[in-house]
Parts: sequence; structure tokens; C-alpha cells
Amino acid sequence: MRKVAIIGVGAIPVGEHWGTSLRDMAVEALLNAMDDAGVDKVDSLYVGNMASGSFVEQENLGTLIADFAGLGHIPAVKIEAACASGGAAVQEGFKAVASGLDDIVAVVGVEKMTDAWPTDATRYLAYASDAEYELFNGASFVALNALVMRLYMKEFGATEEDFAHFAVNAHKNGANNPYAMFKKVIKVETALRSPYIADPLKLFDASSVCDGAAAVILAPLDKAKEFTDTPIEIAGIGRAVDTINLANRRELLRLRATIEASRRAYKMAGVEPKDIDVIEVHDAFTIMAAMALEDLGFVPKGQGAKVASEGQIAVDGDYPIQTMGGLKARGHPVGATGVYQTVEAVWQLRIDAGKNQVPDPEIALTQNIGGTGSNITVNILRRV
Amino acid sequence: MPAMQVSRYWRHFKEKYRLAGTKCKKCGKIHFPPRQVCNECGSREMEEIQLSGKGKVVSWTIVRNPPSGFEYYKPYPLALVELEEGPIVLAQLTDVSEDEIDFGMEVEMVTRRIREFSEDGIILYGYKFRPVLKTSKD
Repeated sequence: MRKVAIIGVGAIPVGEHWGTSLRDMAVEALLNAMDDAGVDKVDSLYVGNMASGSFVEQENLGTLIADFAGLGHIPAVKIEAACASGGAAVQEGFKAVASGLDDIVAVVGVEKMTDAWPTDATRYLAYASDAEYELFNGASFVALNALVMRLYMKEFGATEEDFAHFAVNAHKNGANNPYAMFKKVIKVETALRSPYIADPLKLFDASSVCDGAAAVILAPLDKAKEFTDTPIEIAGIGRAVDTINLANRRELLRLRATIEASRRAYKMAGVEPKDIDVIEVHDAFTIMAAMALEDLGFVPKGQGAKVASEGQIAVDGDYPIQTMGGLKARGHPVGATGVYQTVEAVWQLRIDAGKNQVPDPEIALTQNIGGTGSNITVNILRRV
Repeated sequence: MPAMQVSRYWRHFKEKYRLAGTKCKKCGKIHFPPRQVCNECGSREMEEIQLSGKGKVVSWTIVRNPPSGFEYYKPYPLALVELEEGPIVLAQLTDVSEDEIDFGMEVEMVTRRIREFSEDGIILYGYKFRPVLKTSKD
């Protein structure tokens, strides 16, 4: 298996892009990444996208984006793993290069959510639950995460205020990210004053509906220096599923798929949690950020929310997460999120993260969750 | 939100009208919803089992921003209920006020309307759980 590097990254700001279509967002992000890498053609394209058929009535995105990016008759497909589609697409691109099948591979994550009515967006996302038994009974992902949050608070004594610190940290970092949806610093009180959307989960515990596209260009590591002075190696990848139905979990407060996916990624990269300098967790809900810190092996079970309230998740803390705003402030355009995380990890490792630069990082980890923890990707990136 | 072919709904009547699950003939694990392959031991030998519908609340929430199709019913309580036989089921709670709900609350399954489509469209029924009704003997 060949070693694989990221030689170019690109994105558009996350937001409500009323004037821009899915294809134009994806093509712009892709061209930004191709320009960053200095390439004008690629061997294949992987598109991370969760639900374009529901949101904008368009499938076959591999074709659509390759066509409108002028990439010719290349192989191009869409990769879907719910909200982990972006992380999964990066992994499929990795495999194409690692296998020797392709040299230059493009990965673009894109989601256009704001064309749908808000309640429909909630429904379309819930198609990734066990829809016949969860959505059928009126569940949304907000509600499913709220069920986990309430149980977590009872089991470990965590408070709503503990969780609010994840939102505060995200907004603080998002304020310095030109690509973030929310660039506004908030206080703990701001988060605590926000209304319940599914008790005990409040508006500021949740990421919002938005649009976005991000892209990376991959190449064999031994050729990467031909394109860039700062190649970033994809040192390890891991992916795992769990029961699609939250109620069927062996343990409700442990994301087995995170544990399995990270075990695979750590093993491939030959690193341990203590070696990770930058942690991009899937904070679609604050409860998921807390559980990610635990199940990725950074803190003991039950301590995830506590380290947030103690300030250890800041850019200069022991566990820097949401370094460019996370899903809460940068935004969570679902199928694009895993690629945004990858782009941000590359910025950090290139020492190109501006005011949010983690001090001299060598290794970054991205965790991308699909469903209620039912399909999870973990990628480990390394400066070379 | 248009209804689909009615077959989409009636094929699930056994699970949704009377809480039928599966039991693994090899290891005894009970599943809801029904499975063809046991997620405990991998066996494909399953038998249908009628669940009692009695259980306890493990966790709950109040859905205030529901998915489309449920706007009319908001806010509504949604819970994880651990059945006597072992499986946990996600369902709405009914016949209960928000402040009555608590961890461990004993509940029982009832058949209720889940939602309707248009005025002349189909009506979806399914299971919800209510606090166990106490009789004078209790």
C-alpha cells in the first residue's frame, strides 16, 4: 500500500447560500483545492454527500460535479454514510491512491440544506436514523441526542452548563475563521438562555442547517513534493458502524463505532491518543463532543463534559477541539463536514490556522459521525 | 408529505400493532425490531415472540421541533423504554404530563394514532407507552 498525502485544500464559507446552487458550491470548492495543489486535472473524483436527493432533488453527484468542473471522462461517484459522508469520501480517495489505481484524486464534500423547509430538513436528516422505527415515531436527530444527553447527565452528574462550554469554545474559535458560519463570540449565559428544542438539549447545544462545500486533493506521498512544500500525510484511517437504531445499543453512553474506528486509525498510523495535537470531533450536538473525547481515548468515561467546563478544550489546552469553530460555529453542512474537518486539520498542520493556531502540531485527528453514532470515520493526519 | 403505497405500512402491522419481536433460538437474545440474524451470536434461527408491552422509562425528551409530518402534535414526549423481556424500544409517551415523567417510570404499550397524511389520506397507527394504570387492587 502506498503512503498518501494531501497536496491541496479548498472550501467556500459555510452559510446560507441562497444565490448559489449545489453544483456551483461544489465546483468552487473543488477548483480552490485544485488551484492550491497546482493541478488542472485529476484521475478520479469522490463526492461526499448525505442527502442531495431529498434536499435538492439531485442525485448522481459524481457525474454532475465532474461534468461542471470540466474533469472529463474520469471515474466519479458519490459516497454516502449519513453525516459521515465527507470523512468516508476522504477515505475512499485515500484507498484509490494507496492502492496504486490512481495518482491524483479529488474529494469534495457538499451539502445544500437551505433549499428545504426547516421541518423537512429535520425529516430528511432523520432518514439516516432507523427511519421505520425512529422517524416513524416522531424522532429527529435532535431528539435522539437529547435522550442520550439526559441519560449522560444522570449517570455522570454533568450539567447543562458543562455542555454549554462546548458551544462557547466553538464560537470563540469560529470568530477567527473566515469560512465559519457563526463568527460571534458567545458567553455561557447565551447558551444557557437559548430555548429547549428537545429537553434537556437547547438550541445552542446543536449545529444548524446550512450550506457548504470543501475539497482536498490527494497524491502519493513520494510524489507530493512535486506539488507542494507542505504535504500532509493521511497516516491512518478507520471506519466502523454500530446498530442503526439507538435503542438497540449494548451501551447507550458509549459510541462503539468511535472506539472501533479510532482503534483502526491509531493502529495504522502507529500512534496513541497522547500523540494527537489537534482533535476535530463531530460536535453536531454538545453531548457528542463530550462522548467523542471519551471514546477516542482522550479522557475517562464520564469526564468529557467536565474537561470542557475546565477550559481544557481551548486551542492552547490539553485537548484542543473545534479549533476552527467545529460543527457548532463553522457549521455542519452534513455531507461536507468531514471534508471541512480535513481541510482545517491541514491548515493546523501547515501552521496556517492564524489566530487559532495550535502550538506546533505534528498530528491531527478528525472524527466524523453519521446517524446517532451509527457510522463513524476517524482519520489521522501527520505533518511530514 | 404524500403517503406511499399502503403496503409500506401494512407489512409492519405485527411489530407496530402488537409489538412482535424475534427471539434467537441459539442464544435466547430477544430483538425489537425483528431481525433475521441475531446481533448477539450471529445465528439465523429466529422465532417470533410476542412482547408484553410492559417496561420502564430509561430516558426521555420533549420534541419541540419535530420533523415534518409531526408539526400538529408538538410538543410530544419521546422515550426509550426498556421492556420486561430486555429490548429497549423508542416510542412516544402518551396520557402523561411532562412533569410526571421520570427515570424508571413504569409504562405499558397502547395502540395509538401516530400521524395522518391529508384529510382523505391514510392514518398511521402504532405503539405508544402510557403510565401503568393502577387498579383499586394495587
